[in-house]
Amino acid sequence: MTATADATPRAQTGVLVAQVIRRFGDRAVLDHLDLTIDDDELVVLLGPSGCGKSTLLRLLAGLDKPDGGRIEVPANRAIVFQGDRLLAWQRVLRNVTLGLHEPDADERARKALAEVNLAGRERAWPKQLSGGEAQRVALARALVSEPELVLLDEPFAALDAITRLRMHDLVRELRRKHHASMLLVTHDVDEAIALADRILVMSNGRIGDAHTVQLSPAEREASVARERLRAALLAGLGLASQH
Amino acid sequence: MSDISLAAKPAVLTFVPVTATPASRPRDVFLPDDSRRRSLFGTLRGRLRWPLGVYTTPGLILIVWEILAQAGVLKPTYAPAPTDILSTTVELWRDGVLGPDLAISLQRAGIGLAIGFAVGIVAGVLGGFLRTGEYVFNGVAQILNTVPLLAVLPLFVVWFGIDELTKVLLIAFGAGVPMYLNLFAAIRGVDQRLIEMARTTGAGSWRVVTRVLLPGALPGFLVGLRFSLAYSILGLVAAETVNADEGLGFLITQAQTYLQTNKVFVGLVIYSILGLVADQFVRTLERVLLRWRPSYEAV
Repeated sequence: MTATADATPRAQTGVLVAQVIRRFGDRAVLDHLDLTIDDDELVVLLGPSGCGKSTLLRLLAGLDKPDGGRIEVPANRAIVFQGDRLLAWQRVLRNVTLGLHEPDADERARKALAEVNLAGRERAWPKQLSGGEAQRVALARALVSEPELVLLDEPFAALDAITRLRMHDLVRELRRKHHASMLLVTHDVDEAIALADRILVMSNGRIGDAHTVQLSPAEREASVARERLRAALLAGLGLASQH
Repeated sequence: MSDISLAAKPAVLTFVPVTATPASRPRDVFLPDDSRRRSLFGTLRGRLRWPLGVYTTPGLILIVWEILAQAGVLKPTYAPAPTDILSTTVELWRDGVLGPDLAISLQRAGIGLAIGFAVGIVAGVLGGFLRTGEYVFNGVAQILNTVPLLAVLPLFVVWFGIDELTKVLLIAFGAGVPMYLNLFAAIRGVDQRLIEMARTTGAGSWRVVTRVLLPGALPGFLVGLRFSLAYSILGLVAAETVNADEGLGFLITQAQTYLQTNKVFVGLVIYSILGLVADQFVRTLERVLLRWRPSYEAV
């Protein structure tokens, strides 16, 4: 155990993870893991199921506590889960205002819903929404509080391929309006390339390879650099047989 | 038709065109359901099949019963005809016997239900939300749940006398225990992931309770309500057989003494109508309060 008991913040913005340990029984899922995310940066955490990426996200969300090390995140943060986790008994608008206490909550929720192209669906029940619509409501619910950090836990994994591509466009668009640090956890290499400023491949409870992605949107779609990056990521994931 | 003759031959190795599917394989063909468009015939047939909805079967039993009674198969002292019961009911009402009896029974049920609900809901909410509440109430409720309502009646008579208090408390007991158990289970059954989600949005404890836990527990609460109403009527019947000089139970006991089977049936019919009304009440509540729920609708 490191002797870092002081609770005073060391940075003003972004995410700071230092030597974090998380054990489940004898197994150290996170083993002295280090991670920083800058202000306004989108980091994609890539890894197979069970590599500890969701565990790390839960730690950053404050839903779980580390067994060692230090985590520093903005207090104003939001999460988008893999499932939409909408309250079936509340209409869409009330689902978005769940965490708002200001008097203009409804107005802000309407704006957030319009941003995810769901204007006019405020009065719908969650059961009336398609999978993609429900996930967009979840996105609106996360963004409505103008968080400094958005944590996305495989948010598009349950969607079909076409809807997922639309969601990627939406995320890119939302990043122009909202300035927040983002951490996206996924096992989809193409999703990582489409969205990331930086891609981190997790292995053995630590961050393995790190790739800074400086490609234009068009280059992310199709380019030599994209294919090179994709091959490197697959190699990092232990799937090198493709090249 | 030529397809069939082609398929009959076992010459499978030769090239078979796509159109020539073997006729022996079972296939499903789905076409637009035009029963909705043939509205006149369709609705008429629907009406004829189930003219009274869920009450078709009870209605049918009544008709058969009436016929058997009129034919003399069923003796009046054994089971009087439904029309006989109806006329007895009207007669009793005109004589001014039934009205006050019904009123006093409903009053007992009302007070008993109010007490039972108050205790059951408060305990259920506390038990559901707080670990301490669970420890305080759950054991007692589980024990009480296994004690039959009719078995505590003699004890209640010893403890609370033979007056109104015993009757009201017996109904309250019948209503309170299932309400507590169902409400407790409903609150504990609310999806943990939704509570987690609500906390991450910055919703405080009050929001979590009012927007997640309580509405999420509503379906279970309504199940509890259904059981409570049914048991309260059971409690009413049991309670009114003890030293009653008015009320529906008294009417039945008295009629039984004088072998007036038709009057006994009047009491039973009214009890069953009370049960039906209670059930309809909960159904209506479910339709209004649970319209957000995607539920299975039987064909």
